Amino acid sequence: MAADPIHQFQINNLFPLGTVGGQEIAFTNSALFMGISVVGIVLLMITATAGRSLVPGRAQSLAELSYEFVADMIKSTAGTEGMRFFPFVFTIFMFVLFLNVLGMLPLAGFAVTSHIIVTAALALLVFFTVIIYGLAHNGLRFFKLFVPSGIPIYILPLIVFIEIMSFLSRPISHSVRLFANVLAGHITLKVFAGFVVMLGAFGVGGWLGAILPLGMTVALTALELLVAFLQAYVFAILTCIYLNDAIHPGH
Amino acid sequence: MAETNSHTEVPGGHGPKTFPPFDKQTFGSQLVWLVIAFVALYVLMSKIALPRVGSILQARRDRIAGDLAEAQRHKDESEAAMAAYEKALADARGRAQAIAAETRDKLMGEAETNRKALEAKLNTQLAEAEKTIAGTKASAMNNVRGVAADATGAIVERLIGSLPSEQAVTQAVERALKG
Repeated sequence: MAADPIHQFQINNLFPLGTVGGQEIAFTNSALFMGISVVGIVLLMITATAGRSLVPGRAQSLAELSYEFVADMIKSTAGTEGMRFFPFVFTIFMFVLFLNVLGMLPLAGFAVTSHIIVTAALALLVFFTVIIYGLAHNGLRFFKLFVPSGIPIYILPLIVFIEIMSFLSRPISHSVRLFANVLAGHITLKVFAGFVVMLGAFGVGGWLGAILPLGMTVALTALELLVAFLQAYVFAILTCIYLNDAIHPGH
Repeated sequence: MAETNSHTEVPGGHGPKTFPPFDKQTFGSQLVWLVIAFVALYVLMSKIALPRVGSILQARRDRIAGDLAEAQRHKDESEAAMAAYEKALADARGRAQAIAAETRDKLMGEAETNRKALEAKLNTQLAEAEKTIAGTKASAMNNVRGVAADATGAIVERLIGSLPSEQAVTQAVERALKG
């Protein structure tokens, strides 16, 4: 069981809740980690800031840092008008970040973002937010997004087609990027850690041989922590860039 | 990946074994909990956390700006006080110089007056003295003339044996005195 690199992605029903339209709804390990993420973010952003200290402590500093990090991200990509989506982008960033990092917990960790359904749901949420807000805010001018200005008329149909295709493929690339990174990282980690256990079973010679995969596992753990942050950042900044299209259509 | 399936125990009752991220049986539960977690988080962040952190940051910015303004005010005040002090100092110095110059001029004027009065007095005395000297000299000259005439008369009488006329002697003495 320990050597199976796929087993870690198994959804386990902790207790069932019922069936809706043939789908079994249960409280799962995935739901547990979503809950832990929400509690962790609330501890950081609400409990740690309860003192409203003028001179912040460590936890409050971290909360302020997160706030300003996301605020700067939005302002630099979508301008100050983008700040109306600040709670939205902040929630996405913190949620994905906590899910990614909690997935790195040894032994009991479960990476919620290694499931395409979760990342796809978040990406589609962004996608439809862009479309709905873009149409509501700009009306038909929103479609200027697909018609870049300054393009000769004879290649315009081709450009419009490419623009529409790239717009429609956004939720796919947006969700698969996060999903695949987390999935591949966890599989690689598990495979190298599995080598350590396998080689260790061969006695002293095996222990020496296990040093290499052990070193790799340590290095990969550091890399995966970086990826956990980086992919949350990438997911959030892409959200900002897509929202910018809804706020300022037309290139 | 095929060999990994060989030693998997039956997962939580999901029928045939599929790659867990693509197992549609779990999608419903995941979506339900994702919506619950995300909505709860969004509400908590947008209603409580972010306004609070934003107000903390704003309060700190205001406080810093206020403190800086206060510091600037104090700096301006001290600079104004410094300027006032220097102006007072310059005024005092100017006044002192004016008083000194005035005093000097007054004293110099007085000295000049005194000097002129003294000079005039001295000149008068000098003139008087010169007049006295001239008087004395003239009377002395008359005495000399008398003595010279007497002596001349006596000398001529001794030489030629007869007393010359008084007029000739006087004329000769006058000539000699002039020469």
